[in-house]
Amino acid sequence: MGFSSAKDDRGVTVIAVEGQLIVGNRQELKNLVQEALDAGDRKFLIDFSGTGYIDSSGLGALVSVSKKIREHGGELRLAELNEDLRSLFELTKLDTLFAIAESRADALANF
Amino acid sequence: MTAPLKLTVRRSDAAPAAGEAVEVSVRVPSEVFVIEEAVELISRHCLAGFPSSQRFHFRLRVALSEALANAIVFGNGEDPAKTVDVRVECVMEHVRLYVTDQGSGFDPTGVAPPVAPQHLEQSRGRGLFLINQLADHVRFNERGNSICMTLRRH
Repeated sequence: MGFSSAKDDRGVTVIAVEGQLIVGNRQELKNLVQEALDAGDRKFLIDFSGTGYIDSSGLGALVSVSKKIREHGGELRLAELNEDLRSLFELTKLDTLFAIAESRADALANF
Repeated sequence: MTAPLKLTVRRSDAAPAAGEAVEVSVRVPSEVFVIEEAVELISRHCLAGFPSSQRFHFRLRVALSEALANAIVFGNGEDPAKTVDVRVECVMEHVRLYVTDQGSGFDPTGVAPPVAPQHLEQSRGRGLFLINQLADHVRFNERGNSICMTLRRH
């Protein structure tokens, strides 16, 4: 339960959300992204293949880190959202705000 | 360290056509780190013995998580002296959840929808909107400190 972070060979920081992204752990994600930005990382991919559900605080945290990354001249992509998770983005119209790829490989292509 | 959650489960045979009814109740401390455990515990009991779709399972967990977060953070202000009461009525057709905090209540009609383009980049304000989208029926008590959400299983 939580987050794992690794840099791929093209310099993309890939964060996997294991379990839920909710009010109880959203700060952990924000801290993880901030630390990576401080270390000079600019390309981020968040992988939801191991995610159960996301609440509005989790969505809010994604909006917040997306803005932070953009302010640093970087880019955030999301990938591996199942049908249920994707529906949360569609209901809240956040699918229009984020670059959402089907798979991790799709997201990493041309990053 | 928070004490383990204590769940009370009552089973009764409703009208024969409706099958068994299960009522689950639990008192949750005003601590956001307990939400995930509470959601898993309650949803497990709501799903056991009742055929439900995967989509229902997802809607139930997100709606309950949202309602608990609202109750703990905004209702009780994360005051450790306050608790949130959750009561769930489970029957074959639907699940009805009551989430009640000890706050002074709020006016749900005063919450602006967060999907307008100018609000999309706000990091807050989507909780009640999501509940309304995921539950089939939502109502509040007069004081505004108790939400009742009904979710049909199919």
